Formats: sequence, C-alpha cells, structure tokens
Amino acid sequence: MKVIVCIKQVPDTTEVKIDPKTNTLIREGVPSIINPFDTYAIEEGIRLKETYGGTVTVISMGPPQVKESLKEAIAMGADDAYLLSDRAFAGSDTLATSYTLASGVRFLGGADLIICGKQAIDGDTAQVGPGIAEELDIPHITYVKKIRQIDNSRIVVERMVEGGIEVASTTLPALITVVKDINQPRLPSLKGIMRAKRTEIRVLGAFDLGVDQTRTGLDGSPTEVIKIFTPEVRAKGEMLDGDVEQQARTLVERLKEARVI
Amino acid sequence: MDFTLPEEIEMLRKTVREFVEKRLLPISMQVEEEDKIPDEIVDEMKDMGFFGLPFPEEYDGVGMGELGYVVALEELGAANAAFGNLIGAHTGIAGMSIYLDGTPEQKQKYIPPMARGEMIGAFALTEPNAGSDAAAIETTARREGDKYILNGSKMWITNGPIANVIIVFAVTDKTLGARGGISAFIVENTFPGYRVGKVDKKMGLHGSYTSELIFEDCVVPAENLLGKPGLGFVTAMKALDMGRIGLAAGAVGAAQKALEMSIQWANQRVQFGKPIGEQQAIQWMLAEMATEIHAARLMTYHAAYKADRGERVSREAAMVKMFASEMACRVVDKAVQIHGGTGYMAEHPVERMYRDARILKIYEGTNEIQRLVIARDLLKAGK
Repeated sequence: MKVIVCIKQVPDTTEVKIDPKTNTLIREGVPSIINPFDTYAIEEGIRLKETYGGTVTVISMGPPQVKESLKEAIAMGADDAYLLSDRAFAGSDTLATSYTLASGVRFLGGADLIICGKQAIDGDTAQVGPGIAEELDIPHITYVKKIRQIDNSRIVVERMVEGGIEVASTTLPALITVVKDINQPRLPSLKGIMRAKRTEIRVLGAFDLGVDQTRTGLDGSPTEVIKIFTPEVRAKGEMLDGDVEQQARTLVERLKEARVI
Repeated sequence: MDFTLPEEIEMLRKTVREFVEKRLLPISMQVEEEDKIPDEIVDEMKDMGFFGLPFPEEYDGVGMGELGYVVALEELGAANAAFGNLIGAHTGIAGMSIYLDGTPEQKQKYIPPMARGEMIGAFALTEPNAGSDAAAIETTARREGDKYILNGSKMWITNGPIANVIIVFAVTDKTLGARGGISAFIVENTFPGYRVGKVDKKMGLHGSYTSELIFEDCVVPAENLLGKPGLGFVTAMKALDMGRIGLAAGAVGAAQKALEMSIQWANQRVQFGKPIGEQQAIQWMLAEMATEIHAARLMTYHAAYKADRGERVSREAAMVKMFASEMACRVVDKAVQIHGGTGYMAEHPVERMYRDARILKIYEGTNEIQRLVIARDLLKAGK
C-alpha cells in the first residue's frame, strides 16, 4: 500500500505569547513543531505500513526550515519526504495550498491513501485535506477516528460526527483526515534519528511540479483577510436562584421584559 | 572552535527530553516507592534504542558515539536516577568492555542483542576485599581444556539480579597481580555454577538493582575470555573511562533538574512579603549552582568529543567524574536548602535527588581514586 501523509509546520502555540499592544501573535523565537493533528496522520501511515507493508511518504509545503519537521517524520518511521518550496508558493491560502499539495501527490504518482490531520492548529480551517481530494478528484472522509478495514480497493472507517460515530466506506484511492482519538503517536526512535540525518529531503519547486502559477501563492489565493481581531469577552449571564418552578417563572419574566416572547 | 552540537544530537536531545517529560517524570515517584522500573517502560526504552546508545549502527546501536550517549544520559538524569543507572551499567561499562576489547565474533554475538535490550549487561569487578584496590581481587579462573572454571564472588553489582551478560574479572595468575594476572570473562547467567546472591538495600538509587554474584565452579567456554589473557585490568580501565564520562553526564542532568526546581520554588515561595528569590542569599546559591553545572557540562562534552576522536581520555574521564559528582552533591544540597522544610520531605523530588547524588562520589571509582589517576598522569607526563 502506498500512503502519502501531508503535514504542516506550525508555531508551538504553547510557547506563543500575544503582544498586548497589537493583539497579534509574537512569532519571533517561537519553536516550530509538526501540527499536532498531523502527527496522528504520520502515526497512522506508519501503522498501515507495519501491518500491510508498502511505503509512507510525507510531504509538506513551506519554507526550507520545514525540512526539520520532515526529518522528524522520517525518524518516526516514514520512508521518505518531500518539501514543496518555492517563492511562487508564498502567500497561499487554503485553495492554493490544496492545489500545490495535490500537485505534489500527482508528481509522486498518486497514492492508495492520503492521510491528513483534521486541521492545523494555527489556521484551524480544516479545508486543505478535502481541498486536496477535490483537486485530485478522489473521495475523502473527514474526522476519522478508526480505520476498521482496508484492502487494495476499499476502506471502511469510523468518523466522529456530532453526537456519535458514523461508519463510512469508500473506494481507494481516497483521502482521510484523522482526529486524535485514532492512535497515540510514537516518539522518533533514537536509531530513526540517524536514518533521518542520512535521508535527503528533496525540494520540489513550481517548475518541478509543473504547476499553473496563476493557481499558486498569492495569485492563486482568492481569500482576502479584511480584519483580525480578538472577540470581545461576553459578559457573564445572570444566574437564576430558587427551585425549578421559581427559576422558570423568573426566566419567563425576563424574556418578556426583553420582548423575546 | 565550534560549540554547536551536530543536528542529529540536538534531535536526540529533544526526543529524549520529550520521553523523559511524558513517560519518566510522571512515574519517578512510583519507581522510588516500588523500587522497580515498570516493565512496560523498560520495553519502551528498548524499542527506542536506549540500550544501544553508544554502539555503531551495524551492531544495532544508535551510532551517535560517546557524545550522543552523553547527551542522552544527561537528559535521562532529570528523572529518577534508576533509569540512567540501568543504561549506564548496561552500555557504558558492560557492553563497552565487549565493544572495546572483544573479538569480532564476541562483538557480533553479544553487542546486537544487548543493543536491542534482549540481553542486559552488568560489570563485575568489586569484591568484598577488593574495591578501590582492584588488584586485590580473589575470584579465580582456572583453565581446564577448552574451559575456564571460575570461583569467587562479586558484590554491589549494578543490574546484577537482571543481568544476562556479566563481565567478570578474575585472577588467572596470582604471581603477576593487576598487571598481567587478571583476566576478563564474558559470563552468561545460564552458565552452570553462576547465581545471584543477596540483593542490596541502598540509601538511594531505588529502582536500580544491586546485588552479590556468586561463582561456584562456574564453567565458562575459553572463547569467552575477553581481551588478552592477563590484561583484564586494561579492559576494565578503558571501559571505566567511558563509563565515568557517562556518569558525569547523568550528574549534570540531575543537577540541572535540581536547579530548575529551585528557580521555580524561589520565584513562588513567599516569605517576608516577597518571593525568596528576591533575597540575595538565595540568588547567590542559584548563581553558584548554574555556574558549576555549566562548567561540568562543558567538561563532559569535551571528554566525550575527545573519546569520539579516538584519543586517550583517562585523565579527562577522571576529572569530569570527580568534578561533576562533587558538583552534583553541592547543587542538590543547595536545592534542598532553597526548598527548606519542603525539600526534606519524602514526597518532594529533591529529597530523593539528594540521596541519589551521594553515590556519584563513590561508584565507578571513588573520587579519591580519580584524584590518584589524575595526579599520576600529571606526574608521569612531567617526567
């Protein structure tokens, strides 16, 4: 089975401080980590390889420093890794990122299964996984908490939905995004670190991927950020005293006062 | 001059630190109380590669040399001393003896399973009447055809009760003494005539097993003679050089942890209306602790770096062992002092660290012996 895992390098938010004057994140000096949800994706890929054989390739789009995160994935047990990096990719929104990562998957000859984390902890959009699948025109299942069954042509999974679990299946090739309930990611093995050191991370640019540059980077990103602000803290509501009957009476009074009813 | 550690060793540090924080620190108190490292944690350490730290990859080791070993032991030092002690005795002196002086066949037979943690190692030199005076060894090895017959006993052997491979030093020619009369043997715990004696109770190092080992007409195949006959002492000294550097690394890691806890406490504990860290008396202690740790760390890295270049490090190994162990004892003493009554209570980690540190000045060669090694080397070089 050929598995490709897409990861993102993000600032370690546990180390991020907020500039009290501008209300923006202070990113300087903040260590970078693999997006935590993506570590579950890497782990699941490695487990599939351990059970069914095959390969796990990890790809990421970003600046050269992302190589560190890719090496960490190799130290965990991935076979190889590619970095999609080019000035032409700078300023990508989720649409352009999905297109670029999908181009990377195509460059690698596709995969039986593509695994992504459910979302990144910095952007929190959860759009890139499904975006890649749409671009590649393959089915996708989001919020997967368990792979029940997988063979060369089909996958059956449990996915988290509001208030329960949904069992879904689809044909392969497919893309899944995973939640943290799916596994417990391993730490890199000490021997894996030496393997990661020797493994060269190949960098693929716009030319290598043969991408349409009107669809990458800032040019390929229709998203426009108009304003970033911290939501106002809502005032604490009024707590009603008394027994249930009394509370209900007060509530109705208050709602009438507010002309809600 | 470049003080940057190689990229892979930084990654090793990060990984070991994460392992220590997530897996070992939460159970350090449990290890202390139960006097045992949980089996599943030992298995995890095996899977990650801790048991093969200093050995090359072709022997299933991690392949980051003495420097990688030192950085890993330093990080392990933050948790209960039992973890570093298990690895130190296994790799640093037992495995290292075979790695340094073993035949290609011996290395191929023992190092890979040891590196994978399938076989646990111990290093058996000390005896009831032979400690610092190692030449006073009374355990004998008598050649009989293609076998050696060992008789005698060893004491205070780290990993003794759990060891599968024991490096045993025994007298092969009484007339020659330490130089030519003592040989090293690789003894497996399944060899007839071998048994584990009394398991010791210690002031600290709980969770690390120490015991007596007994050899009664113990039959050892002649091919398990380690190194040249009569030169066992040379093997012991070479392995101990590496072991002493590793011991210093553990001392640095423990002291660093004690300092970090002391800083946190100094900022948090309020007396006379302000955090005690605002008192100069406390500040001076913290400054001295940090400075000594820094010195010991650089000395340790330097000795490891030199060992990795294949240079002789007996003098440096003795220096870092002596300095780092005494530094660690001073630092943990100050840590207890800063913590006050809290630090004396058994539920606080610094109380355990205070007891654990004390052995550092005694084992792997007492600090008095280290001073002898250093002075003799100085005087010899000056002749």
